[in-house]
Amino acid sequence: MSDWWSALFDFRDYGELLALLHNSILAGAVLGIAGGLIGVFVMTRDLAFAVHGISELSFAGAAAGLLLGIGVVEGSILGSLVAALLIGLLGSRARERNSITAVLMPFGLGLGILCLALYPGRATTKFGLLTGQIVAVDDPRLSALAIVSAIVVIGLLVMWRPLTFASLDAEVAAARGVPVRGISIAFMLLLGLAVAASIQIVGALLVLSILVTPAAAALRISSSQLWVPVLSMLFAVTSLVGGIMLALGSSVPISPYVTTISFVIYLVCRLAGRRVRDRRTLVASERAV
Amino acid sequence: MRVTDPVLSVRGARLALGARTLWTDLDLDVAPGEFVAVLGANGSGKTSLLRAILGEHRLSDGGILVDGRPARRGDRRIGYIPQQRGQDPALRIRGRDLVGLGVDGHRWGLPLPGRERRARIDVLLASVGGSHYANAPVALLSGGEQQRLRVAQALAGDPLLMLCDEPLASLDLRAQRVVSELIDRHRRERGFGVMFVTHDVNPILGMVDRVLYLAGGRFRIGTPDEVLRSEVLSELYQAEVDVVRTRGRVVIVGAPDHTHHEHELEVDA
Repeated sequence: MSDWWSALFDFRDYGELLALLHNSILAGAVLGIAGGLIGVFVMTRDLAFAVHGISELSFAGAAAGLLLGIGVVEGSILGSLVAALLIGLLGSRARERNSITAVLMPFGLGLGILCLALYPGRATTKFGLLTGQIVAVDDPRLSALAIVSAIVVIGLLVMWRPLTFASLDAEVAAARGVPVRGISIAFMLLLGLAVAASIQIVGALLVLSILVTPAAAALRISSSQLWVPVLSMLFAVTSLVGGIMLALGSSVPISPYVTTISFVIYLVCRLAGRRVRDRRTLVASERAV
Repeated sequence: MRVTDPVLSVRGARLALGARTLWTDLDLDVAPGEFVAVLGANGSGKTSLLRAILGEHRLSDGGILVDGRPARRGDRRIGYIPQQRGQDPALRIRGRDLVGLGVDGHRWGLPLPGRERRARIDVLLASVGGSHYANAPVALLSGGEQQRLRVAQALAGDPLLMLCDEPLASLDLRAQRVVSELIDRHRRERGFGVMFVTHDVNPILGMVDRVLYLAGGRFRIGTPDEVLRSEVLSELYQAEVDVVRTRGRVVIVGAPDHTHHEHELEVDA
């Protein structure tokens, strides 16, 4: 029992470790901002399942990148973009999108496993692509993450209003001249980039904890156009940075810490959200009388 | 002269989707402030006509002018009011944000809050009597309240032409009256033309200037008294159709039901 505990939490030499791992913490913060922000649109556009599908193809790309020596980040970005584009182009309606995602997902996972089986290198690196990193984020990887996250955030800010309009109210948006289809493809590409960045930290299987859970939690307690994205980013950053800081010094990957924190935030928001909802329903019913 | 120019002018229009022709040789002028009801069975091409005016469907023949200029996508002079739906991502946001989408949702960048924007939304909300529920999530509002927000959203662009696609569907009778009277009042005050697609003309019978009735690829245009008659509709449908007027309501009996695949075609379009 105490063995488990010391494997999970070990805060000896914390200050020195913190200095060593400040790259990881920065990476977590950057990713949290991008992931929390795009998560809001993942929720309103009902793309949670598509995110999972993209991440499996991104994993395949990363594994192929490892095997062929192109680089894990490059490979995962390529895999993500191809998957996001395919899902965006072929699945404009929810039902089609779900079946295309479901078809792509096992194919991507299988391809990734094949590449890893052929790769002669260390087993932890392989495992990390699926379930998250344990090692520190090095400088080149941090700058890659920062650039990709910056593209995602800037892209979202530029098309914020038409994207919101098209996501919430596609029929009226189209009537008002919003290029709904073009916006949708552009969004899928940004989503592909966000997935590729998330995989570097939490792994392909746990991407949803960054791109969906924080936004889902925020939507539980607010319907404000301002507070939902702000809270979602806050929750994602808290999960990632908190997860990394708890994992310092332990021999376990950071992903279980990240996923647990983001899940607990969701639970709290769900409970708090019920209160908010009850109060609003009461107000609404009083008004109707 | 300018005042009498039509806000909508359809000339010799034909629309074919796939192998099926929805309507041919359609001619229609809508004057400023005129209220035209678009009637007809499912699959007769009512919604497709609105889509053609919005530039989302390309005509097979003929042309459409909106205030003298060819119909194109994203024409800011057209307002659009959709059907109220129980399942809709728009239900998640607050009423004032829904109206805000109509104000500047088509522009790039962030919705920067400002006094001017806020005041504009407040005026729009007040003009549909929606100020007191503007901060509640749309999902908690009644169908009628939601449609009033839709009217405010469509008014945001100061339209010359208002296209309404079944805006009263799934509303109760009282809400139907409130919403249609709202649209009627604003078209009188602001002078925009209205194309109002509906499967039931009764809620708007007292407001309508003219009726466009589509059936079987043919159409009739005229006042409700001219078009909603047994002999006119029987000829249009090429079948025995009775138009019964009772207690100020119009009931159409015997209009052939359109086949299911035609209905699906309309949905797909």
